[in-house]
Amino acid sequence: MTWHDGWWAYVFIAIAGWLATDLWRWLGVLAGNRLRDDSEALNWVRAVATALVAAVIAKLILYPTGVLEQSPLWLRAGAVALGAAAFFLFGRKPAIGIATAIAGLAVGLWWLGF
Amino acid sequence: MKREEDEQSSLAWFGKGMRGIFSLPAFILMLSFVGFCSLTAQAGIPVEQVVFMVGMVWALPAKVILVSSIMSGAGLATAFLAVSLSSVRLMPMVAALIPELRGSRTPTWLLLLLSHFVAITAWVFAMEKVPQVPRERRVAFFAGFGITLVAANMLLVAVIYHFVADFPPIVAGCLFFLTPVYFLASIWHSARHPVVYVALLFGLAGGPLFYWLLPEFDILLAGLVGGTLAWLVERLWRRRKEVGA
Repeated sequence: MTWHDGWWAYVFIAIAGWLATDLWRWLGVLAGNRLRDDSEALNWVRAVATALVAAVIAKLILYPTGVLEQSPLWLRAGAVALGAAAFFLFGRKPAIGIATAIAGLAVGLWWLGF
Repeated sequence: MKREEDEQSSLAWFGKGMRGIFSLPAFILMLSFVGFCSLTAQAGIPVEQVVFMVGMVWALPAKVILVSSIMSGAGLATAFLAVSLSSVRLMPMVAALIPELRGSRTPTWLLLLLSHFVAITAWVFAMEKVPQVPRERRVAFFAGFGITLVAANMLLVAVIYHFVADFPPIVAGCLFFLTPVYFLASIWHSARHPVVYVALLFGLAGGPLFYWLLPEFDILLAGLVGGTLAWLVERLWRRRKEVGA
């Protein structure tokens, strides 16, 4: 089956793409609208949302796609650990943590001959 | 007179939101969209459809799954199911953001409309910045940021699509790595509720654990189980502190 050029492609994207994502966003609005600012329920939703995003982050680090797929796990985990150490040592500034982690990864990749 | 001032102020906050396009997260996201361009170009999806996809779907992981479904020749129902499953996470994300975002008189239809602009980057950005915005201006601020971010990336894709070249491997690897590292630093930095720290750690551990146990539903389970555990642990701590104090 080849991908279509005509109107069907747009219908496909609208249903399988737009509807399949915005449906959840709308449900989120309806659910979130019932949550009070200071409620325990919001605290739980906040925890679930944060854990979901954290799981996405962990997967990006542990099971990357593209070039990093061939890089060793210890390098990726080490770069994150290095960045975290710099982040906590030097005043919890995101830029410092990010720059250190990326620099660590770059040096490691270069050293491994990427 | 007062009313006029209010309107101007909303417009000013919309403008401040727009300026969020010149920020580290917006920059990182644009780099990810350069990567998405090369994926779609390789898949042979015409540029008009890719631009349409960026505007309509917006969440990048959902788009990647949509493109892989298209490439594998999946039918409409299969693609819908695959994208839906990957997007359930948008619901708690939006639900956690709405109580922070809405003003005293924000109509629900406006929130429904604006929810379209929520994806991980906009969510992390909004959770971090919105508390510093006056309550009644938050919707305007988020609208300014969200709409600009989507529009800028649609434009970016339309222009870049024809020029996608492969980055040198080290650059490509570092660009990819910016996304998880930025999310980590930003969530930790912007957390205003203790439960966020615990949930972040539980989610990081839960992601690989559930990927190993039940790869189909890993993100969902890591969020539900990890998040609920984090909430219970943090609540227990809070109670203990209250009793101790």
